[in-house]
Amino acid sequence: MKIHEYQAKELLAQYGVPVQKGAVAYKPREVRRLVEKMELPRVVLKAQVHAGGRGKAGGIKVADTAIEAEELAGKMFGMKLVTPQTGSEGKIVRRILVTEAADIARELYAGIVLDRSRRELVFMVSQAGGVEIEKVAEEHPEQIIKEYIDRAAGLQAFQARRLAFALDLTGPLFRPAVQLFLDLYKAYIACDATLLEINPLVVTPDQKLLALDVKFNIDDNALFRHPEIQAMRDTGEEEPLEVEASKSNLNYIKLDGNVGCMVNGAGLAMATMDIIKLAGAEPANFLDVGGGATAETVENGFRIILSDKHVQAILINIFGGIVRCDRVARGVIEAAKKTGIRIPVVVRLAGTNAEEAAVLLEESGMNFGVAKDLAEAARLVVAALHSA
Amino acid sequence: MSILVDRKTRVVVQGITGGEGSFHARQMIEYGTQVVAGVTPGKGGQLFDGMVPIYDTVTAAVRGTKADAAIAFVPAPFAADAVMEAADAGVRLVVCITEGIPMNDMLRVTEYLAKKPTRLIGPNCPGIITPGGCKLGIMPGFIHKPGKVGVISRSGTLTYEAVGQLTGLGLGQSTCIGIGGDPIVGTTFVDALELFEADKKTEAVVMIGEIGGAAEEEAARFIEEKMTKPVVSFISGQTAPPGRRMGHAGAIIAGGKGTAAEKMAALEAAGVAVCTSPADIGRMVKKILEARKHMEE
Repeated sequence: MKIHEYQAKELLAQYGVPVQKGAVAYKPREVRRLVEKMELPRVVLKAQVHAGGRGKAGGIKVADTAIEAEELAGKMFGMKLVTPQTGSEGKIVRRILVTEAADIARELYAGIVLDRSRRELVFMVSQAGGVEIEKVAEEHPEQIIKEYIDRAAGLQAFQARRLAFALDLTGPLFRPAVQLFLDLYKAYIACDATLLEINPLVVTPDQKLLALDVKFNIDDNALFRHPEIQAMRDTGEEEPLEVEASKSNLNYIKLDGNVGCMVNGAGLAMATMDIIKLAGAEPANFLDVGGGATAETVENGFRIILSDKHVQAILINIFGGIVRCDRVARGVIEAAKKTGIRIPVVVRLAGTNAEEAAVLLEESGMNFGVAKDLAEAARLVVAALHSA
Repeated sequence: MSILVDRKTRVVVQGITGGEGSFHARQMIEYGTQVVAGVTPGKGGQLFDGMVPIYDTVTAAVRGTKADAAIAFVPAPFAADAVMEAADAGVRLVVCITEGIPMNDMLRVTEYLAKKPTRLIGPNCPGIITPGGCKLGIMPGFIHKPGKVGVISRSGTLTYEAVGQLTGLGLGQSTCIGIGGDPIVGTTFVDALELFEADKKTEAVVMIGEIGGAAEEEAARFIEEKMTKPVVSFISGQTAPPGRRMGHAGAIIAGGKGTAAEKMAALEAAGVAVCTSPADIGRMVKKILEARKHMEE
């Protein structure tokens, strides 16, 4: 789960990580009151959306007075922020972080992530902060310094010291830097993160460290033990159809094509998208309805897929396995009748009682295209698309 | 021959009285798997379906029945504990079906297992089956057929799809392993390839990968250096957008890495027959095995 910058900073502050004073606002008037209350000479307004690259897109503004801040916020709220990470549709600004402006002497990078191949966490730092770390990794891999973290022992002080020295954080900065790295690790573990990035980690002219921007992703699978983080979920940042689908326990991801698909199992769902593309059309979504594929899940699946107005045909691909195909077929027929589906639907059911299922579908009077295998299913749905 | 499980494998089912556990224990028994014990803390001393003894702990189950493999049907918050309990009890193999185990828990499990001889398959996987011998998982047994093709996959139903194609063409399987869709899994592609390479009965291997991570690239290196048997592969997620988790926790293109195109290129360079369409997996294996036969003649 992604959380906002202000939420990440609130969490990190609890672990002793130095962040600027700040608070979140939902309205221009609120921004003004916050600035007045904070009594700061200069503030920064930062649009809170789940995407990076905000500065260049106009999502970060500096104000010298409370009135100026209110004016700027008035323009920022409701604006559509388009950054390289939001895609062309952009993100609407609904929350603004009002924070103290910082002077910057140096911009660094610090991050913790899982190294999947080594099955270990890795702490990465770089002197090249303030730019996309993926770009640094690609163009100047030597500028990234790594410390692999022992699974049993955790990050050790000597490793934190090595990281500090690698960043030339010496003199009065040395001890705070070592402490900061240890605190970041502590926060990562305690919050069950999957990614923690401080970019940039800045050194101020008066020799202080500050986590200026933070990306903190939390493991969805661990949210059950972090109700306070779960409460930070901002569904306004998510695709509405995906939020709707998750309420019915469906795993749905919206894509740009016009062939909707409904599949059981994530791998088969991706493979079904792939074969739709190979057959000459574009998948409209990823949808995994899980193992059961009951009438109810299929019905919910239909509703979600049909809410996407680009969808012109649907391919259902269920590998029945232990679930009997005739049952799945009855579910599909019932769901199609209930939702009053008008676009072509191609069904491919494999597994126990697949033949009985095909007969049921063909005799349903619902005009399903019935396919016996994956390749035929893709061909039929693309043909249906062109004749529609 | 086969790998990891066969007719002689003695299985203990963790969570045997739960909904999933009881259903699949029955399915496994029906398939012919030797389910010798079940574990549900607090229900020790009872019998499951009047025939399988239930124990309070895996240790007691192993002591009482000489079980050498475990399968865990335990909810995600408690699954890491279940895997470690099985390892502590001394089974040589533990399969974890559970989806949704926190990553930090899996790091602990990985560390714990590093000091034990126990192999973990999964989590978030359908399990392992040696057709006609032992089904230690949730896959539909009847689609399989004993034979010579090894199957390894990060997916569940897509594995069934591939197996269905193989069986439909008359090609049986030596053993099929679902290694799981999570970022951290106990048995990797390389581990499984190594076992199939050493297995006398396996003549070819099907490897089904997907976007995310670098397990396929590591497999490609292993295949190039060590494998003498032909490998056929399909990578799902060629049309998946970057930055989105496609159902499986591990299926995500992050920072531009882990794309299907990269994986397919690495495997092709290693001499693997890579299918672009998931509908071609069975036919590709058939073609390669026939070509090999011709060469030998």
